[in-house]
Amino acid sequence: MEITSNTFKKNAREALADPALQRAMSHVRSGFIDKRARAAAALPEFDEIRDTGRDIKNHTLAHLDLYLEAYEDRVRSAGGEVHYAETAESALETVLGICRKANAKTVTKGKSMIAEEIGLNEYLEEHGIEPVETDLGEYIIQLRHEGPSHIIAPAVHLNKDQVEESFRAAHTDLPADRDLSEPTSLLNEARGILRERFLAADVGITGANFLVAETGTSVIVTNEGNGDLTQILPRVHIVVASIEKIVPTLNDVSQIMRLLARSATGQDLSVYTTFSTGPRRPDDPDGPDEYHVVILDNGRSEMLGSEFKEALRCIRCGACMNHCPVYQAVGGHAYGWVYPGPIGAVLDPQLIGIEKAGNLPNASTFCGRCEEVCPMRIPLPKMMRHWREKEFERHLSPATARYGIGLWAFFARRPRLYQWATRWAMRVLANGAIGKGRYTSLPLAGGWTKYRDFPSPEGDGRTFQEQWAARRKSA
Amino acid sequence: MSDRETILGKIRRSLAVDTNDVGRRAIVIARLEGTPRGIVPKRGQLPAEQRVSLFSKMAEKVSGSVGRVAKPEDVPRAVAEFLRENNLPAAIRTGGDPLLAGMPWDDTQVEVSHGPSDGGDPVGLSHAVAGVAETGTLVLTSGPDNPTTLNFLPETHIVVVAAEDIAGDYETVWDDLQKRHGKGHLPRTVNLVTGPSRSADIEQTLLLGAHGPRRLHIVVVG
Amino acid sequence: MADEKARRPKVGLFVTCLVDLFRPTVGFAAVKLIEAAGCDVEVPAAQTCCGQPAFNSGDDGDTRAIARGVIKAFESYDYVVAPSGSCGGMLKLHYAGLFNDDPAWKARAEAFGAKVHELVSFLTDVRGMKDVAARFPGSVTYHDSCAGLRELGIRDQPRQLLGSVEGLKLVELKDANVCCGFGGTFCVKYPDISNAIVERKTEEIVASGAETLLAGDMGCLMNMAGKLQRENRSVSVRHVAEVLADMTDVPPIGETRES
Repeated sequence: MEITSNTFKKNAREALADPALQRAMSHVRSGFIDKRARAAAALPEFDEIRDTGRDIKNHTLAHLDLYLEAYEDRVRSAGGEVHYAETAESALETVLGICRKANAKTVTKGKSMIAEEIGLNEYLEEHGIEPVETDLGEYIIQLRHEGPSHIIAPAVHLNKDQVEESFRAAHTDLPADRDLSEPTSLLNEARGILRERFLAADVGITGANFLVAETGTSVIVTNEGNGDLTQILPRVHIVVASIEKIVPTLNDVSQIMRLLARSATGQDLSVYTTFSTGPRRPDDPDGPDEYHVVILDNGRSEMLGSEFKEALRCIRCGACMNHCPVYQAVGGHAYGWVYPGPIGAVLDPQLIGIEKAGNLPNASTFCGRCEEVCPMRIPLPKMMRHWREKEFERHLSPATARYGIGLWAFFARRPRLYQWATRWAMRVLANGAIGKGRYTSLPLAGGWTKYRDFPSPEGDGRTFQEQWAARRKSA
Repeated sequence: MSDRETILGKIRRSLAVDTNDVGRRAIVIARLEGTPRGIVPKRGQLPAEQRVSLFSKMAEKVSGSVGRVAKPEDVPRAVAEFLRENNLPAAIRTGGDPLLAGMPWDDTQVEVSHGPSDGGDPVGLSHAVAGVAETGTLVLTSGPDNPTTLNFLPETHIVVVAAEDIAGDYETVWDDLQKRHGKGHLPRTVNLVTGPSRSADIEQTLLLGAHGPRRLHIVVVG
Repeated sequence: MADEKARRPKVGLFVTCLVDLFRPTVGFAAVKLIEAAGCDVEVPAAQTCCGQPAFNSGDDGDTRAIARGVIKAFESYDYVVAPSGSCGGMLKLHYAGLFNDDPAWKARAEAFGAKVHELVSFLTDVRGMKDVAARFPGSVTYHDSCAGLRELGIRDQPRQLLGSVEGLKLVELKDANVCCGFGGTFCVKYPDISNAIVERKTEEIVASGAETLLAGDMGCLMNMAGKLQRENRSVSVRHVAEVLADMTDVPPIGETRES
């Protein structure tokens, strides 16, 4: 996937000027937020479970090496194989190796952000294997050659007419008079097409929401059932998951399960939560003959020792982006890489480098709503600020901004000089707006006055400090 | 060095720990063996009969339908009735589950075929080993007599669950499963099913029947 | 008399730069309210800004220097009060973390932080104020500024005191807890996005039907006032302290007496 995080400002401007996108984004504002609030309110223990969820993840991360070993033992004893991949390249080679051994021509895929992160589809295509996305949203964006714009609702940036257009372009034997104007007919069309692909696939690739150390189990959560058809029909099931998906026990999973769907879609539980342990057993009538887990690091082990380690608690529910005013305004593609929104602003600089993703942690008003709703209580604004510190230390922030802050700080550190300077500045500013109370344009504040008026200082521009000192003197 | 060694080494460096720390190992073993429960919502902690009511209420809330019969012998008639009422063919596909196999299907007009599904069966019938009242969730396990494909490929999925197997919470189900399959062991597939398949990927419009069953009917026995 | 005087806590008013420069009335309103709550108020001359522009730009060096200055100027008071949730949150919650490598200053920053309060929550939560002697006929709506709401838990306090203002009718603003798009340096760095966010906010403000918009932070207020005025809306904008202190003789933000 091409990285365009560097042009975030341009991406955002285009997104704001795109009426179709703006129409689609209104569904995010109206849908996810109220549903989450209702689901959370309906479970009195919700906030307490957020605490235990956070504690479970912290405990697991502090013993991650040992839980990985325990998990691996269990998978092997259930007849599955575990493959470690330090980098995206290593994960891709491992997956390709398994597919080649299975003589695979087509693979079906459950929705997996890790697969997006490592660019699995492009890689398989380059090597002559056809990947078929089966989550409805993922299928739609695959037809459109787009990346996901949201981590749980990948096609949330699209409207139904755009979906119809894509289906008509891709499903060439579709009669022209077939009505596809409603979401139901679109869903049925996709169901029919994908059913054949499910039954024909040689390999099924899914992600994992959890890897359970106690039992060597991978867990996926879906509403459509596509992940299940992906993992039970083909001969080979490959799970791609990153190291922080480990959770110690089934009871621990149960805690976090109670948070995931409520935070994501406002459901009490997603429709299908499926626990898979190894390949089919000797007498099983169905299920895959082979079961592989590819465990990806891709920079996370380093993150574990950094100020960003709390971001490894993330369970990919998407609540942070749903509640983010910036995400709501510009959508996910503007962020320019796989993970958008507040969690993306923390993860992307780690995964693709702060040089490429520096814009993202800056594009936040620090309103704190992401942290407020994060089921894992990840302090996202604090982490975005840590990235800003790193940028500042490494002189990556724009020179004009650094110069501006430096000049401002020079005065802010010297109260007497500051008060002298501001007295004059406010007088000038007040004089310039006599009779109007505000400016419609102002030099050096073009960003502001392009869209808003700028209030002039109250009255004659005498500062509070100046007036206070005068009152004290006369008292 | 293998990717495995590299990753585990980097994790230990980041955590500033070494492999010989027996204290850490003991903590991990204790958690895996002790499997402490976290916070279990009060919602499901009810006497048996109320648990069944909550289960039914929650299952209906997520667009499942629920019927109830007094004893296993009554299930075939209830299933036949459901099929008739919904204009569905009187044919079901099921595994060899002993509970279902022991029912008097011959007393009805319902044609029963056995084995996994290849996608051609309109109606699948399964036996859930448990229900969870908290969320109206069914727990289905794979095994020689319980093909997983039946849970996903047919357009209509009928699931039989015994009232006495309806627990208040997930934790109770895990305990029961481990008693049956051994500590630290699960069947190949455990499906937690909460309502029929759905998607909201197009304009956030919720639609039933994405890739899995469009319809989920539960028969509670007892 | 001496005893009486001794019992009155001493409050250092952290004016905040935007109040100092753009809206001195808020400073005087704060003084009036804090005095009404039984305290003596002083305004240390050695103050400028809380340091957020530097802090949020990742410039910890300058932020630390500013923080040391603020702590030195204010640590002798019983309480430090700011008419802003954003600056209050900065002083209270973020200073200590700047000194993780300097235990002595960290301890000072923590002790200082414990004394810091946002104005309205200080009046109600610390001083037990239940009502104010003020009159403001008309309908008002209230925007919850992000830092005050989420860092300091300020939500009910201003509504409670506004409820005691004679003639005032409070109508709730839909999505009152959603950011207005100001975000300090954000509105300068990302003007297009900031505008998209504030546009949505002004839409809700207008839809509320209120004649006056109130909030507790000058940054948000200048942003929303500027947008409302650019859109030629007839909603007036004021800091909540002006209404609570009955000091609404000055024209609303961005307006003159004639406008």
